[in-house]
Amino acid sequence: MQGRKLILLGLAACLAGSALAKQAKTQTPVGKTASKAGKKTGSSASLAKLAAPVALATAAKVASTAPAKRLPVTVSDSGPEAQLAKIFKEIEGNRLGNALQLTESLLQQHPNYRLAHLIRGDLLLARTQPIQTFGALNGAPADKVADLRAEAVVRLKGYREKPEANFVPRYLLQMQADQRYAIVVDTKRSRLYLYENDVANGGRPRFVADYYITQGKLGAEKLVEGDKKTPVGVYHVTANLPRQKLADLYGSGAFPINYPNEWDKQQGRKGSGIWLHGTPSDTFARPPRASDGCVVLTNQDLDAVAKNLQVGLTPVIISNSVEWLSLDDWARERNDLNKTIDAWRADWESRDTDRYLRHYSKRFKSAEQNFDQFAAQKKQVNAGKEWIKVKLDNLSVFRNPGKEEVVVVTFDQDYRSNNLNNQMKKRQYWLREDGKWKIIYEGSA
Amino acid sequence: MTSTSLLQPRFKQLKTLRALAIGLAIGLAIGFAVPAFADNLPEVQRLIKQGQYPQAMEKVDAYLSSKPKDAQGRFLKGLIYTEMNKPAEAIAVFTKLTEDYPELPEPYNNLAVLYAQQKQYDKARTALEMAIRTHPSYAIAYENLGDIYAKLASQAYDKALQLDNANAATQNKLALIRDLITTSGKGNVKPSAAPSSAGLAVPAPTAAAPAAAVKPAAAPSASVVTSTQGAASTTPAKLVEAKPTPAAAPTPPAPVANKADAASEDVAKAIAAWANAWSRKDVKGYLAAYANDFNTPKGMPRKAWESEREDRIAGKPGKISVTFDEPKISVSGDKASAKFRQHYQAPGLSSSTTKTLVFVRSGNKWLIKEENSR
Repeated sequence: MQGRKLILLGLAACLAGSALAKQAKTQTPVGKTASKAGKKTGSSASLAKLAAPVALATAAKVASTAPAKRLPVTVSDSGPEAQLAKIFKEIEGNRLGNALQLTESLLQQHPNYRLAHLIRGDLLLARTQPIQTFGALNGAPADKVADLRAEAVVRLKGYREKPEANFVPRYLLQMQADQRYAIVVDTKRSRLYLYENDVANGGRPRFVADYYITQGKLGAEKLVEGDKKTPVGVYHVTANLPRQKLADLYGSGAFPINYPNEWDKQQGRKGSGIWLHGTPSDTFARPPRASDGCVVLTNQDLDAVAKNLQVGLTPVIISNSVEWLSLDDWARERNDLNKTIDAWRADWESRDTDRYLRHYSKRFKSAEQNFDQFAAQKKQVNAGKEWIKVKLDNLSVFRNPGKEEVVVVTFDQDYRSNNLNNQMKKRQYWLREDGKWKIIYEGSA
Repeated sequence: MTSTSLLQPRFKQLKTLRALAIGLAIGLAIGFAVPAFADNLPEVQRLIKQGQYPQAMEKVDAYLSSKPKDAQGRFLKGLIYTEMNKPAEAIAVFTKLTEDYPELPEPYNNLAVLYAQQKQYDKARTALEMAIRTHPSYAIAYENLGDIYAKLASQAYDKALQLDNANAATQNKLALIRDLITTSGKGNVKPSAAPSSAGLAVPAPTAAAPAAAVKPAAAPSASVVTSTQGAASTTPAKLVEAKPTPAAAPTPPAPVANKADAASEDVAKAIAAWANAWSRKDVKGYLAAYANDFNTPKGMPRKAWESEREDRIAGKPGKISVTFDEPKISVSGDKASAKFRQHYQAPGLSSSTTKTLVFVRSGNKWLIKEENSR
């Protein structure tokens, strides 16, 4: 008899990826109750559920005032996504009482979780009046609500769309044996993927976990200092800054990465101080786009990831949108590159300078030389060689994210010859030109 | 915010809810009726209504000394503490009541009001949800709960969106319940789960579930009827006639209260409301106590009189306190007169006068037609 309806379009919209446009028709409160005292009661709800691609409305009348029974408090350290997904499922199913309990248990775990507070506000408000949108507070600051909605959307997507078992990020072609883990960041999805170097399985990347991240306020593809963007490229962790040495903004720790790398410098990209770091104490999480270019994790996630980071070793590959390869394609790409690299090594040993130089792009540049200078020097050096032995160890091959086909190759080079022995760690950038991989940069790493 | 001001806005609703709620919790401990009860508690209630809290406390303590477990007496004691602005003591009393009589919704409700005053909204919510669980059709608890939900929602939004709502002075206006209206013959008897159909919004299936889970105890002496409106309450000893008029005030379990008694009760309430509005400097409420054709002093124009009153009430610095002794009320038809001793206290002035108010009935209200003091 109590005809109060409410609409949680906004919440449901979150689920459908914020496709708010297709709203089911709005229902308004019906039937004033005789008793004034009764006006706050029995928020039976009709919830318009949005499902892509077509909106459909399910209307169910369920009273939700008195909680039927307490659900067990779930405690999990796997991040709030699973709980958020459950909460939205309860909302979709019009079990608002359950949704509220789950939200409150989430808040017990993370008292500073703003998104959960917002959902709780909506669920409580829904008990007193019909609500029409996510963040239904009158006069709520639109930008902050939009931030939280964006967080909800990317978290739920991240939760639903886990990497498939037989696919790996294209970038992780080959890790060196002592690189135990690699990090791949997808800025569009606001997600960080942690991969293990499964040495026992031929160095195949094995998915370990994924985490929500915050990127630069203005997105990715950093170009200049202060552009509030997150760089895209192949980097590695260069230091571990403990919490005690950090301002509160950085939360539980920070791991600088080597932006700008050699390739960035060649491309004229500027800026510095790009870190992976935690979250300040006044909030559990930051919005998807909020940093000045750093990759930000929640403190619990940073702590979890930090256990696996090796300073100077762990690759951090940041991409706009991760490309995934089936394991077969991945293996083929890896073999091709291994062969190419070995051909370069063998041609160096051959002392045939032309054969050797065909591996280099005409646009090649090292720190000091262009291609012509480099070629002239090699010809001169090779003239005095009776034999050359080149051995590569600890080879790693990472594909650089982006439109250009670039791979970053790093190895320990053991060079021996009749008149010179030299050991060094070398890094090369190979660029695919006209279907062939050519070295465009090399230098010591 | 005083607790009295809390009470006022909902007074009407309380009236409608009161039904005939007495004799409750009788013989809780002993299993027999307690006749003495009739002599004392209504007096306590009258003293509360007149704002004479220390006296009320004295009486209720005396009453409780012989019946320490009595729910009604303890409830009133909690009420007096609340009115005296002693929330800690009030909370203690109501909390103990909820422990001893978990089936009564009123102590939960009042606990919630007290918690809400202290901005402990989560505790308030829990208490109200308990009140509703024990009594799924409890309208005031629902309305209070609605206010608490709104408050909690607003707090949640503040946290979510980092709003600085220090100015959110939208003080809650929860209704304190002044009588135990649900009744039970025995402490362990649960209210029937059947929601009343009195137009109260009874949330359908889920809300009723918790109550349905409660098993009615097979207590032989308990024949209990509970529901908010027009409820009849039975006690093992006396049968109290249920009055259909919602305006019925808690009447002593003496035989049937006659009409005049009910009217004079209403007049007494009108006086209390009038004195209360005056004390609160609530000019609007104060003026609303007067009939449109009120005989202004010396026949001055109504407007002039109103602005003079406003000046003297709202314009007065410091606190005003207006109390009165037991009025002598005589009712004849739609007219009534009340004679009483009025005690006025304000900074720099305190006076006691004998006052006569002449009331006329207008609809369901008694309004002041004449005001004379000597």
